[in-house]
Amino acid sequence: MSLQYILNRFFYLTITAFVVSLLVFCITQILPANAATMLLGEYATQDALIALEQKLGLDQPAYIQYFNWISGVVQGDLGTSLRSGLPVSDTIFQALGRSLILAAFSLLAVVIIAIPLGVLAAVHRGKVTDFVVSLISYVGISLPEFVLATLLLVWLTGPEIGMFPASGYVPITESFWNGLWHISLPVITLAIVLTAHVMRMVRSEMADALQTDYVLAARLRGLSATTVLFRHALRNSLLPTITVLALDVGYLIGGIIVVEEIFAFPGIGRLLIVSIQERDLPMIQAGALVMAFTYAIANLAADMAYVYLDRRIQYV
Amino acid sequence: MSDFTSRFFRQPQGIVSAVLLTILIVEVALGPLLAPYDPETFHVKSRLLGPSTDFFLGTDQFGRDILSRILWGARTTILLSLIATLIGAVAGGILGIISGYLGGRIDELVMRFVDALMAIPSLLFALLIITVLGPSGINAVIAIGIAFSPGMARIARSVTLSVKTSDYVSAAVARGESTMWIMSREIAPNMLAPVIIEATIRVAFAIMLLATLSFLGLGSQPPSPEWGLMISEGRAFMFRNAWAIFWPGLSIAIVAITFNLLGDALRDALNPKN
Repeated sequence: MSLQYILNRFFYLTITAFVVSLLVFCITQILPANAATMLLGEYATQDALIALEQKLGLDQPAYIQYFNWISGVVQGDLGTSLRSGLPVSDTIFQALGRSLILAAFSLLAVVIIAIPLGVLAAVHRGKVTDFVVSLISYVGISLPEFVLATLLLVWLTGPEIGMFPASGYVPITESFWNGLWHISLPVITLAIVLTAHVMRMVRSEMADALQTDYVLAARLRGLSATTVLFRHALRNSLLPTITVLALDVGYLIGGIIVVEEIFAFPGIGRLLIVSIQERDLPMIQAGALVMAFTYAIANLAADMAYVYLDRRIQYV
Repeated sequence: MSDFTSRFFRQPQGIVSAVLLTILIVEVALGPLLAPYDPETFHVKSRLLGPSTDFFLGTDQFGRDILSRILWGARTTILLSLIATLIGAVAGGILGIISGYLGGRIDELVMRFVDALMAIPSLLFALLIITVLGPSGINAVIAIGIAFSPGMARIARSVTLSVKTSDYVSAAVARGESTMWIMSREIAPNMLAPVIIEATIRVAFAIMLLATLSFLGLGSQPPSPEWGLMISEGRAFMFRNAWAIFWPGLSIAIVAITFNLLGDALRDALNPKN
């Protein structure tokens, strides 16, 4: 991996961040009511509006407003919430931390479940196991998170079974098992949907790898089935899986928004939905920016890992 | 064409998706005629019922017949998703052809922008657009269309790049045809197969996104029988009648499965190499 490749990728990351920030900023310019109107309400006097607009810098041209906003963002100042009056960055990063815990457990579950099932399906290609795994993954990719989450909610939190809490959040640092118990339903929902995606990928990559010459050669040399499967075939089919996992972080972010809303989990997704409903502009902007940036970083990390692991490819 | 048909129906996905698609077309075309009740009539004495002979799929919290609502809702849910995908395919296709054909600085600029937009997860992108446009069914459709266009643009561009240097395009340039004519008559037809495959799979996403937006209260508004909205409304009463959530959920899943299967079958039938 050449230094130039890394620099190149960082350059693209910067461009992405810039375009996303422009887009997010544009919302404030397109919306009919500006922050001053939202703060003071519809019945504010003209004088009060003008005074507040001056104070917030809304009377300046758009490019200066953008510059002021983005220079704050770069320094970690994301503005002040129009609803709570608290600094946006504190609220956002607290919520992001909770969401990341949710995401980490979901990804962990996916890796543990999806890879073995995908391998199993590929090895038993065309048999019953393969059919069942493929069927499950078709259902999984066709079931929106909110449907799955709501069905799980009805099934597992109802008065009869009552296995899991329907909502609420206990910090995992405070009480590990209790915290885990509270995030289990959101994690199960996210994991099922993601597993369907990843399983499909592992299966098709593995099925391809099992038909390559080097796998055949390894078999002919008399290596044991497990060695061929894990040391030769799996290693090579995991490479594209890394990319899929990174792309699936996009679904994961979408899923987190929905799942947090359903299970009343105080993460960044729920924060965004609440902000959109309350039209809390600085919060919407910061939430969108942070999520898009997280996704971009995940993709960058996946690209780096790919290049690092696959020594055959020389990227420039 | 017969070659394509036989390849399409040779796969199990092809047969299953064709059967499901036929059922869905009937549902969209004749749904309102088949519905036993009016979807918005309250049957006050029979609220939150499970499936029975009077109400095949049960009733919701206002005593509305769930079966009738699902049959009416098919139109809203399926047609709106198709329109959203179409918007994305057309907008992205045009952008991709122009960018790929003109090349140079413009191409570089457009593609950097497209890459950046693709770095925003679809649901998040759609949410941002709805923040600007305001929550409604039509705005959700526009938002999904816009959110889909960068992906489509990328596909259209790569096809354009691969046919740009072919002889028939060079011949058209030599004949002195206009750029517009070359892009629409010589290049665009090549795009049909890959864009249709992508669009079919996108319809499944569109259905799920649209339902999700309605569920979050940012898409179709009550009393529309849109499936996502039905689940959202049924949620408050889910422990009293889970059927009000189950049936629309099942419907969404079936439509999404149909289009996912159809997309896979089309891909295999149109690309014999794979």
